[in-house]
Amino acid sequence: MKEFDYFEMRIPAKPQYVGVVRLTISGLANRIGFSYDDIEDLKIASSEAITNAIQHAYEEDDDGEVVVGCALYKEKIEIMVADYGYSFDFKEVKKRVGPYHEEEDVQFIREGGLGLYLIETLMDEVKVLNDNGVTVLMTKYVAREQVTDNVEKITL
Amino acid sequence: MDIKLETVNAQKSIAYVNGEIDAFTAPKLREQLNNIKLTESIQIELDFHDVVYMDSTGLGVIVAFYKNVISAGGDVKLIGLSPRLYRLFNITGLSDIMNIEEEGKATTNHEGI
Repeated sequence: MKEFDYFEMRIPAKPQYVGVVRLTISGLANRIGFSYDDIEDLKIASSEAITNAIQHAYEEDDDGEVVVGCALYKEKIEIMVADYGYSFDFKEVKKRVGPYHEEEDVQFIREGGLGLYLIETLMDEVKVLNDNGVTVLMTKYVAREQVTDNVEKITL
Repeated sequence: MDIKLETVNAQKSIAYVNGEIDAFTAPKLREQLNNIKLTESIQIELDFHDVVYMDSTGLGVIVAFYKNVISAGGDVKLIGLSPRLYRLFNITGLSDIMNIEEEGKATTNHEGI
């Protein structure tokens, strides 16, 4: 069996399509059992990433495109947003993303501003690849226990 | 996204905002808020009862509007925020700066058991 189900959307870098992708991600998250609140978090975080990507892509080219990839696992969703308009090999890009460093990715941080802060706050993991465009990979787990290894388990 | 403006009296206006506020609709919100004539001691209420989605693009517009009104000598109050929306203002620290009222906390407790 495949490790995950993969969806990819390539959209014109225009703000009117952010809501369409948001709705799709909300539907996908619902399929793997996220709670209402977690889906709302995912909607905001993915919209922030897509909005940033659209602004970047549009600066480069009026006909710019943005690619959003979603990997659905049993217990988590991974969302990858790239501000360059061609499909990527999800597994390949995933190997290359890493934590971002404020010193190196100054432009990304500055432009991301409040949006990036929200992504960090609302998602469980955020990674960035800054190479011929910006790629953001963000992960959210369905069950909270999975991300709280260092927290004491409650025994029922 | 849509906004209806009600002038209560010379000193007070209420703006009823509804729908989704994101990268697409935030510029429209900014434009419509900028149409409100700011006078000294004006009291403006932004009613968020019918806002179903908002992200940082909306926060940016609200913050800019807030600054404009304050610098004109007026005041802004945000009312009717759903717990979700309130949380957005809370985690960004804006709830410490702005006058925000969460939607009927005591009466509409749908959440939890």
